[in-house]
Amino acid sequence: MEAWIKEIAPNLYTYRAKFFTACSATVEMFWKAGLIAFVIGLFFGVLLVITKKDGIRQNRVVYQITNLIINIFRSIPFIILLIFLIPLTRALVGTAIGVKGAILPLVFGTVPFYSRQVEVALSGVEEGKIEAARSMGSGTLGLIFRVYLHEALPDLIRVTTVTAISLIGLTTMAGAVGAGGIGSFAINYGQNQNHSDIVNVCVAVLLAVTFVLQSLGNALAKRTTNRSLFSVRHK
Amino acid sequence: MIEVSHLKKTYHLKSGDVTAIDDVSLRVEDGSIYGVIGYSGAGKSSLVRCLNLLEIPDEGVLTMGEYRDIEIRNGEPYYQGKRMDTRQQNEMRRGIGMIFQHFNLLERSTVYDNIAYPLKYTGRSREEIRARVTELLELVDLMDKIDVFPSQLSGGQKQRVAIARALAANPKILLSDEATSALDPDATESILNLLKNLNRRLGITIVLITHEMAVIKTIADRVAVMENGKIVEEGSVYEVFSNPQAEITKKFINSSSPLGKIERMIAEDSDFTRLNPGEKLVKLIFQKESVGEPVLTVTARRFGVTLNIILANVEYLHGNPFGGTIGVLSGKPEDVEAAIRFLEESHVKVEVLKDGSLD
Repeated sequence: MEAWIKEIAPNLYTYRAKFFTACSATVEMFWKAGLIAFVIGLFFGVLLVITKKDGIRQNRVVYQITNLIINIFRSIPFIILLIFLIPLTRALVGTAIGVKGAILPLVFGTVPFYSRQVEVALSGVEEGKIEAARSMGSGTLGLIFRVYLHEALPDLIRVTTVTAISLIGLTTMAGAVGAGGIGSFAINYGQNQNHSDIVNVCVAVLLAVTFVLQSLGNALAKRTTNRSLFSVRHK
Repeated sequence: MIEVSHLKKTYHLKSGDVTAIDDVSLRVEDGSIYGVIGYSGAGKSSLVRCLNLLEIPDEGVLTMGEYRDIEIRNGEPYYQGKRMDTRQQNEMRRGIGMIFQHFNLLERSTVYDNIAYPLKYTGRSREEIRARVTELLELVDLMDKIDVFPSQLSGGQKQRVAIARALAANPKILLSDEATSALDPDATESILNLLKNLNRRLGITIVLITHEMAVIKTIADRVAVMENGKIVEEGSVYEVFSNPQAEITKKFINSSSPLGKIERMIAEDSDFTRLNPGEKLVKLIFQKESVGEPVLTVTARRFGVTLNIILANVEYLHGNPFGGTIGVLSGKPEDVEAAIRFLEESHVKVEVLKDGSLD
């Protein structure tokens, strides 16, 4: 195995330690930024759906403000956002470089996109189900957790998959602030040193991760359509 | 008891104001089935949603069971002098069941979890919930579907689940919003039978809205006919349908009765409605007193006239006959006249639809 890698990707073999560090940096950025963005994005997505016109907690002001903020951040290209957020990152986490410095801009880059996607997923829940739950006396929290999030789960899984894949793309750009990761490894050790094998392997790794994520997402979404993931039998 | 007085609701749409409920008052006795019939856009859907405050009316006074005299002013409900907040409205809704045209079950929950929905998070124990759900499933005859998801059920079965869910918290009132409109005739019949059964067995008061006459005829005790946000006619089902006053009520009756076909036949100049001079095309509506008597045979014998029947339909509403016959009455003109007078004396309502001597 080692000999084979040495033969087809000699440069990668030389820099294998750097490669593994880059991979682990990417993984760290992905799950830390992903987890935070998941929670915040879900929150704003729900907020958009419940405060919009004829929503269960219609509130023009909250909706318009949230909507505006999301639109603003969505329209800034991520590479610009990275630089733009440097002062804020420094103030909040103490540093604007490295993996630590990349998390905040990654969250800012992901949340607006994800919130929109969550909004779309939740909007797919039929009005009638909400009405039925209201007729049974469900309040706002009941409607959010027991109807919206519950019924939209397959769609939420789909949009989360799409967002996760786009987040991987963003982490590769975070190399620009010295966060390391597969992206900067491919540029610094691959492109800049003319080692095409390194670029090729980086592409292959990203391709494989994307493929696995998408397949996992699809399978889970399918498994939860018109049924729950785990159900207790009563018979 | 349900009592609604001077209820008003206007929607302010971009295209202008729409008055969905225009000063509606009605009263539903405990344990009865009250039907509201109207075409789409008549305001009946809004009316039923105002009853459990899913929509808040603009003005009016509402009594729903133990919630007496909820006063609505400027789109805000007040109960016992205090404004009802969302929590209190939710509390009130828990005492009122509701079923819908499209069932509105949670697709990702089993039949069990759908029915358990209103019971969960109310302080009931798991065993208590289980016992209640089992009881309800037996009531709607779906015990074998307990672990099934709605996508595997037929429309009628879904509505049964929805009914069980609506009844889970033991409401005294059930609101039905076009509950059979998306069902085939067999399922419609079985759901209506179930509702009637529940009404008789549990004494639950049912308010149902529909655009189908058959639904009203099959289970309602009283009916209100709605048009343009107003109740244009109200009374016991037999009263209203045997002696309709409003144009729209007549239209509903014609559309649901085979006798209604005659108008089109006359307009199309069907062979069956062509008359010879002296013949009359008549509609004979039987009253309570006249069904069961051989009136037609007696008339024919006594006056030497014949009645060639074109359409006939007699149904029974709460044991009272409802319907009649349309046919061509022929004979000597004076005999025909005398026959009509005799029929009227025998409690048969006679309506001359077409007169052959005028052709």
